[in-house]
Amino acid sequence: MTAPARGGRGRVSSAWRKRLEIAFFVTPALALFALFVVWPIVTAVQLSVFRWKGFGPLTDFVGLRNYVTVLGDDVFVDSVVHNLIIVGGSIALQLPLGLAIALLLNRKMWGQGLLRTIIFVPYVLAEVIAGVVWFQLLQPEYGVIDGLLGAVGLQAPEQGWLGDPDLALLTVLIVLTWKYLGLAVILFLAGLQGVPEELYEAAQLDGASWWQTQRKISVPLLGPTMRTWAFLSMIGSLQLFDMVWILTGGGPANSTTTMATYLINQGTRSQNFGIAGAASVILFVIALVMAVLYQQLVLSRDTRSDVVTVKRSRKKVTR
Amino acid sequence: MSAPTTNVLMSAPTARNTGREPARRRRSNGGSQPLVYAIALVVVALTLGPVLYGVLGGFRTNAQIAQDPSGLPDPWVLDNYVGVLTSASFWQYAVNSAVIAVLTTAITVVLGVMAAYPLARYRFKGREALFMVFVVGLLFPATVAIVPLFILITQNLQLGNTWLGVALPQAAFALPVTVVILRPFLAAIPQELEEAAQLDGTSRIGFFWRVLLPLSGPGMVTVGVLAFVGSWNAYLLPLLLLQSDMKTLPLGVADFSSEHSADTAGVFAFTTLAMIPALVFFLAMQKRIVNGLQGAVKG
Repeated sequence: MTAPARGGRGRVSSAWRKRLEIAFFVTPALALFALFVVWPIVTAVQLSVFRWKGFGPLTDFVGLRNYVTVLGDDVFVDSVVHNLIIVGGSIALQLPLGLAIALLLNRKMWGQGLLRTIIFVPYVLAEVIAGVVWFQLLQPEYGVIDGLLGAVGLQAPEQGWLGDPDLALLTVLIVLTWKYLGLAVILFLAGLQGVPEELYEAAQLDGASWWQTQRKISVPLLGPTMRTWAFLSMIGSLQLFDMVWILTGGGPANSTTTMATYLINQGTRSQNFGIAGAASVILFVIALVMAVLYQQLVLSRDTRSDVVTVKRSRKKVTR
Repeated sequence: MSAPTTNVLMSAPTARNTGREPARRRRSNGGSQPLVYAIALVVVALTLGPVLYGVLGGFRTNAQIAQDPSGLPDPWVLDNYVGVLTSASFWQYAVNSAVIAVLTTAITVVLGVMAAYPLARYRFKGREALFMVFVVGLLFPATVAIVPLFILITQNLQLGNTWLGVALPQAAFALPVTVVILRPFLAAIPQELEEAAQLDGTSRIGFFWRVLLPLSGPGMVTVGVLAFVGSWNAYLLPLLLLQSDMKTLPLGVADFSSEHSADTAGVFAFTTLAMIPALVFFLAMQKRIVNGLQGAVKG
C-alpha cells in the first residue's frame, strides 16, 4: 500500500490507483465477453441485412428482405409456434407435476435424500445422451415403450411416436418433461424449506387439514420460486435445440422444428448466413420481449416479498 | 447490494443456503404414508427406468432386444461394453470432453471472480452499469450468436477444431451467471476483515489474494461446477466447431447412435459409459450443484 495520502496529490494518485485496480480486475472478463458474446451478436444483426454465403466481403446489402423472407417462410413461422407450444406445454406439465411431487416429498420420510438424488439424475445427463436413450426406447417395433403398451393391449402409432407428424412434438415435450422435471422438484423443495415452521405449527393448532395447509400456506409462499422457475423454463424452451436435433432433427415433415434448428439449418447447412442472422435476431427479440413482459407482469410482484426474504436470511447469518 | 430490479439470479445465495438446518423438522400430519411411498416409487421408476433400461440393454445382444424389448439380459454379455471401452475413439472423445470442460471451468472461475471483486467491494461510478452488462448477458442465449461465433472462431481466429476454440466462447457465455452468483458472495464477506487487513498494511490486491480468495472457496466451487457440467453436456457449439478426433462425448454419442442405429445394444453401451463421468461428478458434487441452482433461482 502507498503511504497515507498527503494532501491533494496523494489522493489523486490513490484514485488513479483504484481505477487501475478496477481495470485490472474487470478487463479480462469484459474483453472475453465483448469478443465472444457482444461481437457475435452485433455481427448477427449486421449479417441479417446482407445476402452472404459465407465468403467474400459483405457487399450485397438487402435491407430488411431477409426478415421478410424468414417471416414469410412457413417453416420458420411453424418453428415459432412449436417453440411457443413447448414454452406453454413445459410449464403446464412440469408445474403441477413438480409441485405435487415436491409437496408429497416435503415431509419426514425414509430415503428422502436418496429420492432427491434420483429425481435429479435426468437433469444432470446431457440432453444428447438422454435424447439418444429415448430415441431407442421410442423406436417402433423393437422399442420398449411400444412393447409395454402392447402388453397392456394398447396400439402404438404405426410410424412410431417420433415418426408421426401429429404426435412427434408431443413426444418431444414428454421427453423434455422427463428430463427437466427434477429441476422443478428440487427448486420447489428448496422453496418449501424456506417456509417458516411456525406457520405450519399455527395451522396445525387451528386444526387445518393437510390439504388446507398446503393450499393456504405452502403453495402461496412458494409463489416467487415457481415464478422464477417458470421464467428459466421459458428461456430454455425458446432456445431448445439439442433434444429436437437428436430425436427428430426437426422432422417428420418439419413438425418439430424450433427457431434454433431453423437457424442452424440455414446457417451451416445451406450457407444462408443472412437468413440465419435474421432468424437469430427474431429469436432474440422474441426472447427479450417475453422476458420483459414476464418481468413486468409476473415477476415484479415478487420484489417486495424478496426484501423480506433477504432480511430474514441476513438475520440467520449473523446469528 | 443486489438491487431487486431483475430478481432472477440475484441476492446472496450463500446466506440463503446455510443456517437453515435447525428448522428442518418436517411435519407429517395427514396424507397417508403408504400412499406417499407408492407415489414415490412410481416417480423413481419413471425417472430411473429409461436410464436403467439403457444400462441393462448394454448387457444384452441385439437379438435379445429384438426378441423381447422389455426383457432382462439372458445371458449377460459384456461384448458391447468391452467393445466401447477398447475403442480408441471413445477414450479420445472422453479426453476432449475433459480438457474442454477443465479449460472452460478455469477460465470462467478465474475471470469471473476477478470481475466480481470490484463489483462487490469497490465503490466507483458506473459500477451498477457495469454489473448490468453481465445481468443483460444472462438474456443472450448462445444460440442467437452461434453462426457469427462459428465464423469468428473458424475464420478470424483460426481456432476451429481446437480445445481452446470451444472453451473460450463457452467461458464467455458462462461469465454472466458466474459474476451474478459470485458478487453477493464476495459482498457478504465482512467489511471488518478488509479494515483489519488495511490496518495491517495490506493493499486491496493483497486483500483479494490473501483473504478474499481463500474465503470465497465455496462460491467458486459452485460456479465452477455449473461451468463444468454445462461444458461437459454442451452439444451445439462443439457440433459446429469440432470434427473427427477432436469431438467430445456428446458428439460421439450422437454419431455412434446415427451410424450404428441398428446396433441398439452397442448404442446403449456407448451412452451408458458416456453418462458415467457426469453421474459420478454429480454424485460427488451434488450439494454444490443443487445449492448453486437454488441460489440462482431464489430471488
